[in-house]
Amino acid sequence: MKSTDKSIGTTPNGRTDKNWGDSRSMSALQKNSETPRFSNEAMQEAERIFKRYPEDKRQSALLPLLHLAQRDFGGWLSPQALDYVAEVIGIPPIRVYEVATFYTMYNLKPVGKYHVQVCTNISCWLCGSDGIMDALTGKLDLKIGDSSDDGRFTLTEVECLGACANAPMLQINDDYYEDLTPEKVADLIDRLP
Amino acid sequence: MSGQSGTKVVYKNIHLENSHTLAVSKANGGYQAMEKAFGMTPAQVIDQVKKSGIRGRGGAGFPAGLKWSFIPKDDPRPKYLVCNADEGEPGTCKDREILRGDPHLLIEGMIITAYAINAQRAYIYIRGEFVREAEVLQGAIDEAYAAGLLGENVAGRGMHFDLAVHRGAGAYVCGEETGLIESLEGKKGQPRLKPPFPANIGLYDCPTVVNNVETLTSVPDIITKGGDWYSGLGVANSTGTKLFSVSGHVNKPGNYEVELGIPLKTLLNDYAGGVRGGWENLKGVIPGGSSTPILTASQCETVTMDYDALAKAGSMLGAGSVIVVDKSVCIVRAIARLSRFYRHESCGQCTPCREGTGWLAQVMGRLEAGKGTMKDIDMLLDISGNIQGKTICALGDAAAMPIVGAIKAFREEFEYHVEHGRCMVG
Ligand code: FES
Repeated sequence: MKSTDKSIGTTPNGRTDKNWGDSRSMSALQKNSETPRFSNEAMQEAERIFKRYPEDKRQSALLPLLHLAQRDFGGWLSPQALDYVAEVIGIPPIRVYEVATFYTMYNLKPVGKYHVQVCTNISCWLCGSDGIMDALTGKLDLKIGDSSDDGRFTLTEVECLGACANAPMLQINDDYYEDLTPEKVADLIDRLP
Repeated sequence: MSGQSGTKVVYKNIHLENSHTLAVSKANGGYQAMEKAFGMTPAQVIDQVKKSGIRGRGGAGFPAGLKWSFIPKDDPRPKYLVCNADEGEPGTCKDREILRGDPHLLIEGMIITAYAINAQRAYIYIRGEFVREAEVLQGAIDEAYAAGLLGENVAGRGMHFDLAVHRGAGAYVCGEETGLIESLEGKKGQPRLKPPFPANIGLYDCPTVVNNVETLTSVPDIITKGGDWYSGLGVANSTGTKLFSVSGHVNKPGNYEVELGIPLKTLLNDYAGGVRGGWENLKGVIPGGSSTPILTASQCETVTMDYDALAKAGSMLGAGSVIVVDKSVCIVRAIARLSRFYRHESCGQCTPCREGTGWLAQVMGRLEAGKGTMKDIDMLLDISGNIQGKTICALGDAAAMPIVGAIKAFREEFEYHVEHGRCMVG
């Protein structure tokens, strides 16, 4: 097509939202000098995960192992954590980097104790997700994408979480909170331990 | 009349207390269809599913029985069955109810399907954010193993069948079946060029069937009551019941199972509690999920919810995700939000999609902000035309279709944005 408008730029990799900005490129990964290792419990879980796949298909365990590592290593994956997962599986680290940077659920920098993820996609937007987001940015005194200095909260905007009939909704760590109002959201934040 | 018989195929038990447990499942007919299937040959099982006419419920609408019959029979490679539980099309939330409300129905449907295609191993690929749903599912699988319904000798019938849950990690494109397979192999979820189709070269390069949760949970009743019984539900070419996720501006949003062919107006008024502010307040309906073109209020008066009627109306049934939009909504803003989504979710491997979704989002954003020109509206159509049909998977089409549809149905709103620098509504 003929592009006449200067403001139309090309997108470097198609995933250009703020969730996919510099913070997710490998060069911006935060350095963490210690190499983490799975706890005994996590190692047992890893063994169970490997058993789900044919013996010669260990890379299939990559997504579940990254979930496990993220949980075991404090909610995010450092470059050392990615290398460690590659070692556990027995695949080149590049295979792990590719995957860790492709999927949005892997946090490549630290997140707060409570990762508040607000859906602003169509059904939630129609049902008032703007008001939910405003309530949160006000209550937490955070901009979208930021974490609080005390390490308690990270506020993220996310795409449809598959709970559209109970919009607006958000996810905090593993749990969904649905049929929200700005008042309910403020109350929810107050009641977090 | 079509749509109103009250017959439930998929959601029959989800409202029972502890419906996720094996005990409640068995007390309500669970695993009886499996027993019946074991008394049939695999070919007979496939035949019944073909007769039922059921089409894939994930969005593409491909006949399920036909898909199964593509699995080569005299092939030494292992066969795989994969359940697509990567529910991610904005507006869609129907499968989640099954995953947490009746996981044993899914397990039973998968045992029957695996028997039909001779698969020994299967995976349920569930979206990563469904952590709690994955836990319920795992609990049900553990129960089924303990009861001898999974494992080396399923129900004492000598069939070896292993089933595992595999969680994704946040990528819409993994809902596409070959992207899903790549993801299951531990890679980026970038869809594969087809052919070859998964029925021949699928998971680990082996013959593979990928079916949606709703499709697989329809299988037990098709076996119990027969393909002819199922095809008697719904309308021609759109047989059976369908789950509709109704969201947005209705008084009772929710998931409803009705026969295909139900008038949209009946679905909204009799099931979803009516449009917020009354029918007169309706602006339009996105009938099948965010990728399907929006219908105008006047189309909504008469259209029925089946594959053919929606195609004739210029849209699609998709996953059955009905998003209701009332008159307070700026269509330009709504579509701009969707464009942002598709830009974010493009996997980046095809140029028309990678670049095109970015351009669409930028131009939509500019129009929405009141900084667009009349030429931008036509440019959107031009970009869309350069994406549609030119990419490996359907994500590019999914990004283009809602824009083309919205410009067709609501062009005056786009023009108003250009002329007045703001939207028509509020
Ligand atoms: S649009 Fe928010 S959960 Fe689907």
